[in-house]
Amino acid sequence: MLNVLLRRLVQAALTVFVVITLVFLLFSVIPGTYASSLQADKRDVSAEVLERIEAELGLNDPLPQRFGRYMAGLVQGDLGTSYATKRPVADMLAGRIWASFRLACGAILFAVCIGLPLGFFAAMRRGTWLDTATMSLAVSGLSIPAFWAGLVLMYLFSLKLHWLPTFGYGSGGLRHLILPAITLGIAPMALLARTTRAAVLETLNADFIRTARSKGMSEQRLVLRHLARNAFVLVLTTIGLQFGSMLGGSVVIEKLFAWPGVGSLLIDSVGLRDLPAVQGAILVIVLFFLLINTLVDLAYLVVDPRIRYR
Amino acid sequence: MTETVLDVRDLAISLCDGPTPVAAVEGVNFSINRGEVFGLVGESGCGKSLCALALAGLLKAPMAISGGQILLEGRDLATLPPREMRHLRGNKVSMIFQEPMTALNPLMTVGDQIGEMFVLHRGLTARAARMKAIEALEQVQVSSPERRINAYPHQLSGGMRQRVMIAIALACDPALLIADEPTTALDVTIQAEIVELVLDLCRARGTAVMMISHDLGLVARICNRVAVMYAGQIVEQRSAGDIFTAPAHPYTRGLVDALPRLGRRLERGQERLTEIGGVVPAIRDFPQGCRFAPRCGRVTPECRAAPVSMTDLNKGGRVRCLHHV
Repeated sequence: MLNVLLRRLVQAALTVFVVITLVFLLFSVIPGTYASSLQADKRDVSAEVLERIEAELGLNDPLPQRFGRYMAGLVQGDLGTSYATKRPVADMLAGRIWASFRLACGAILFAVCIGLPLGFFAAMRRGTWLDTATMSLAVSGLSIPAFWAGLVLMYLFSLKLHWLPTFGYGSGGLRHLILPAITLGIAPMALLARTTRAAVLETLNADFIRTARSKGMSEQRLVLRHLARNAFVLVLTTIGLQFGSMLGGSVVIEKLFAWPGVGSLLIDSVGLRDLPAVQGAILVIVLFFLLINTLVDLAYLVVDPRIRYR
Repeated sequence: MTETVLDVRDLAISLCDGPTPVAAVEGVNFSINRGEVFGLVGESGCGKSLCALALAGLLKAPMAISGGQILLEGRDLATLPPREMRHLRGNKVSMIFQEPMTALNPLMTVGDQIGEMFVLHRGLTARAARMKAIEALEQVQVSSPERRINAYPHQLSGGMRQRVMIAIALACDPALLIADEPTTALDVTIQAEIVELVLDLCRARGTAVMMISHDLGLVARICNRVAVMYAGQIVEQRSAGDIFTAPAHPYTRGLVDALPRLGRRLERGQERLTEIGGVVPAIRDFPQGCRFAPRCGRVTPECRAAPVSMTDLNKGGRVRCLHHV
């Protein structure tokens, strides 16, 4: 058990190293630096000022040197200082992680609460109009671009019906969370509905369900005690993967709803070529993914007796 | 005194997914007495498993009972409302299946799976059911049942799992046990053990057994009477001894001849084991006349003309053949 966690930790460190290196290399390839992004902003900055900024930030140093400097800091837990705000990246992230986490939780909650029952009932009523309707809905949910769905929701529930705020974080209440969470949750919801349907159908065909029937129990007991848990085991991985990738997936949605999370920081910072902030945001997204995956593995230990780590 | 436990009359099972139902099994008649071991034999696809599922009320759409009666202790299961059938299932009629590896719920302890029977049909509490489950495990000769009760199916061997299945099936002392190829998936060494166990337990309880198998040898050894099925019909019904020594139907004769016996191949100078040429026709392609006609060596034009009905044999039993031995 401890062994597993330790191995996970090593894997995580490796993953982080690879991702950080990739981002670093990408940034050295794409045109522009923080300084030139200021100029692109049509701000009146003279060439001398730009040069001075670049020198101050060490942007003119050779790549290995810059990389070494960043990694040295990272190993000591220092995420560096943002070029743009001059604040420590860790401080900037601290306030945003919570916002992103809330959004991800809201979205996965929506996806699970709607997707699981939909998929379940579609499977139980296989071949009926309910099944067809649900699965068409699921395909639509997977095909619709999230930002477009977000715009439609905004138009409908904010501008037309005035039920919910259009965008922004508000004072941290639930009302501001609803629309972005639903927008972010649509695709995972659709995917979960399909996975659940397949899982329930597979389980219904299992021999042990026939055995359970031969014991003479009610359909209700059959579903609750024999079907549901077995089907859920099959769906759990999908839930975990969807939840884990939610921070990364929320980048566009956060921007759309002006949500002050890690994702919108990432977009803004890429525009500014603010490398330390970008690295910090990506680090959070990657770590969140790794963390959720580990939690899902641990959850399997609880629900599936066949799985025992040595 | 022989008391009839199960009386199946003119049972027909049809495939109901097209405009007109197609009969997959028809004209099945047999009865089983209390404590008797009755064998149902045939190749894969001949309808024996369908019969078993029909008896337990477990047919799944598009298969459905389309005619006849299944009288279990006088009550007709074919027309019983689902709710009442549910109370009989596991309680009066239970089943053991072919695949012990997948027939148990992988996420439940075997104790819970056995105990469930007592909760369902005897109204026991979980605690009391657990005690009964330990007893049931002991009866199927599982060692240290108090410990095994907490095991999950994956922690047990195939033979052990089949013992658990037997414990489940016999938990409520059913009147009829349907064993659908209970040993086919097991090691040869364990097969005999499992069969003996089932027979011993059923003998002690007076439970009638319907043993379904494609292994004529096994069936002839353990059963009192045997019915041979071919293409959805019973073609011969005899006492076990007779069917083995003097098969009347050409198909049964083929089955008996196909049984491998030590030394016989050399004796006859054969390269291969004897086989019956051809395959069982698909449900929709059943011949109009005798269904075995296309594979039969004794076939005459009248065999193909009209369906053949069962006739009594002088030496006891019944056969569906115009030119029986």
